[in-house]
Amino acid sequence: MIRILGFFVGLGFCGVLAYSLVIGAIAFMNEEEAAPTAYDYHHHAQDVSFSSDGPLGTFDRQQLQRGFQVFREVCAACHSLEYVAFRNLTDLGFSEAEVDAIADQWPIQVPSIDPQTGEDTTRPAVASDHFPLVYSNQRAGEAANNNAYPPDLSLMTKARGEGAAYLYSLLVGYEDAPADLPEELQPGTGLYYNSYFANLNLAMPPPLFEGQVSYADGTEASVAQMAHDVTAFLIWTAEPTMEARKSTGWAVLIFLIFATVLAFLSYKNIWRDEKH
Amino acid sequence: MSFPWAEQYTPKNPFMKWMDERLPLPRLVYNSVGAGYPVPRNLNYFWNFGVLAGLALVIQIVTGVILAMHYAANADIAFASVEHIMRNVNSGWLLRYLHANGASFFFLVVYIHIFRGLYYGSYKAPREMVWLLGLVIFLLMMATAFMGYVLPWGQMSFWATQVITGLFAAIPLVGESIQQWLLGGFAPDNAALNRFFSLHYLLPFVIAGCIILHIWALHLPGSSNPTGIDVKGPQDTLPFHPYYTAKDGFGVGIFLILLAIMTFFAPNYLGHADNYIEANPLSTPAHIVPEWYFWPFYAILRAFTVDFILPAKLWGVLAMFASILLLFFLPWLDKSPVRSGKFRPKFKIWFWVLIADIALLGYLGGAPAEEPYVMLSQIGSIYYFAHFLIILPLISRTERPSPLPNSITEAVLGKDTTAAQPAAAE
Repeated sequence: MIRILGFFVGLGFCGVLAYSLVIGAIAFMNEEEAAPTAYDYHHHAQDVSFSSDGPLGTFDRQQLQRGFQVFREVCAACHSLEYVAFRNLTDLGFSEAEVDAIADQWPIQVPSIDPQTGEDTTRPAVASDHFPLVYSNQRAGEAANNNAYPPDLSLMTKARGEGAAYLYSLLVGYEDAPADLPEELQPGTGLYYNSYFANLNLAMPPPLFEGQVSYADGTEASVAQMAHDVTAFLIWTAEPTMEARKSTGWAVLIFLIFATVLAFLSYKNIWRDEKH
Repeated sequence: MSFPWAEQYTPKNPFMKWMDERLPLPRLVYNSVGAGYPVPRNLNYFWNFGVLAGLALVIQIVTGVILAMHYAANADIAFASVEHIMRNVNSGWLLRYLHANGASFFFLVVYIHIFRGLYYGSYKAPREMVWLLGLVIFLLMMATAFMGYVLPWGQMSFWATQVITGLFAAIPLVGESIQQWLLGGFAPDNAALNRFFSLHYLLPFVIAGCIILHIWALHLPGSSNPTGIDVKGPQDTLPFHPYYTAKDGFGVGIFLILLAIMTFFAPNYLGHADNYIEANPLSTPAHIVPEWYFWPFYAILRAFTVDFILPAKLWGVLAMFASILLLFFLPWLDKSPVRSGKFRPKFKIWFWVLIADIALLGYLGGAPAEEPYVMLSQIGSIYYFAHFLIILPLISRTERPSPLPNSITEAVLGKDTTAAQPAAAE
C-alpha cells in the first residue's frame, strides 16, 4: 500500500517537474538575446596579496599605521568605524600616549551630556571610546552624500564577497565609462563609473589621488600604495584577533596531530590480534 | 540487552558497588559504550560517524552555552553583541568560529552517517525505529541550525527568516496568518529574534534526548555491519570497549584536525559575506542563499516554476518537505530482504547515481535562480523523487542479490579458514 501511494506521489512530483521543465525549455529557446546589462561590464576583483594572507600571514605594523593615516585623512570624513575603539590602535604599534592624543584630537567629538545643565553636548574622545559616528543618523548621512549613506567600514573586508581584494580594486578602479556602454548604464549626476562595483555606478567620488597624504616613513603615496595600505588597515579592523587565531591554530594543530598519531598507534595495538 | 554473551558489569570498588545498587549509572554506561556492548568485528570507518555526530553536538552545546552568556537577543544590539564577542570577549572569536564551523561539520558527519545507513540498509528490520528517530533528529537539527543562523541578525539572517517563514505563507487560506504567528509580527523583528533564540537554546537538548532514544533503539538489535547479515555468535563480535573506543578515538582525532583547520585558517569560508552587514529590512541581498547544508533542499524548492492546479510556490514547499518526509517511509519502500548494498548489484549503481544527484542539487541550491541552473535542478529533483518512490521499490522486486557470506566471521577471515575453525573449536 505504501509503495503504491509512494509511486503515485512520486509520479505526481516528477510530472509537475517535467511539465515545468518543458515550459522552461520552450521559453528558454524562444527567449530573445538580452540587451547588455551591468553584469557584462562588471569586473572581478584584481589579484592582490596582503601580508596577512594565508595560514602564516601576519599584519605589517608599518603598513597598518600608514593605512590608518589614509583612513584618518581621507576616509574618516564620511565613513565611520563603529566597532573599533581608539584603545585598539595600540595593536598597530602606537604607544598609549599616542593613542590618547589621537582620540583627543579626533575631528569628531563623542556625544555627551553637560553635567551642569543636562543638555546634549559633545566632548573629546578618550581611548576607551569607539570611533564616533560621522553622522547623527542615517538620513543625515544620506542628505550629505547625494542620497547614498557611506557604510561603516569596521567589517568591510569581511562583508563583501571578494573581501579585501574587492576593496582594493574598487579604490583603484575609477575610470571613464567605456564608449560602448549603453545609455541606461551611464553614470548619472553625482555618480562615478567603477567596473568593480556591482551596478557600475558608485556614489563615492574617487577618494584617492597621487601624493594625497605624506607618509612619515617616506613611502611614496601613489594611489595603488594608499589603496593597499588602507585596505590592509581595514583587514585589521574587520578582525583584530586574526594573528591570535592563526598562532592558536598552529598550536592546536600540532597538539591534535600528535594526539591523533597516539590514538592511531593505540588503535593498532589493541586490534593487533583481532582480524577485521 | 543485545546478546547473551555480553560481558556483565561487576563493580570491584566498594563505592561503585554501593552506587550500582542505588543508581546503576556506571552499569548503563558500561552496557552502552563499554565492554558490555558486543559489536560486530567487521565495522569499517563509516561506523565512526555516529560518535563524531555526538561529539559535534557536544561541541555545539558547550560553545553555544558560553556564547549565550555574551550574546544579546535584541534586534537593536544583536549584531553589535556578536562583534563584542569577536573583539572583546576573551577567546570569543574562537567560541564563535567553532560554533559556526561546528554546525557545518555536524551536518557533514550526519550526512555521511545517513548515507552510510542508506548504503548498508541500516534502516531495514529490525532497525526501523533507529532510522525513524534518526530522521527526527535530522529535522530538529535543521530547525536548530536555521534559527541559530538568524541570531547574528545580519542581512542573510534577516532575509533567511523572511524566506523560510514565507514558505508557510504558501499554504492556502491560512498561510499568511501562520507566517505572522510564527514571526510574532508582520515582518522579522525583535519578537521573532527572541523566540528563535529561546528555541535555538532549547532544541539541542531535545536532540540530545532523541539521541538517547536513537541509541536505545539501536542497542536492542545491536549494531548493523558492512555485510548486513546478522550476528550468529560470540565469534562475530568484539566488546565495544576497548576495540571501538580505540578506533573511534582515531576518527575523533581526524575530525578535530579538519575542524581546527577550518576554524583557525578559513573560518568564514563556509559563511556568506552578507551576514557581516547588519540586517536591513529596506535592502534585499542580491542572492538569498541558505547555508550549504540546506542547498539540496533549497534547489528542490526552487525547481517548481510553473503553476499547475496548485501555485508553483506551494508545489515547491510541498516537494521540499516531502523530500525529507518520504525518508520516513523508506523501510517500507525498499522491500529487499538483503540489507547491505554490497550484495545488491543494481541498488549499488542507483545509490551512487543518487549521491551524484544530491551533490548536483547541492551545487544548484547555491547557484543563482537563472538558466541553466533552474532546468538542471528540475532534472535533479525529478531523479530524487523517482529514486525513492519509483526506482527503489522496483529494484527491490526485480533485483537478484549476489550470494551472501554465511557469517561475519567467514566474511572477515575468508571461506577456507572459517571452514576449519568451527571444527577446531568443537
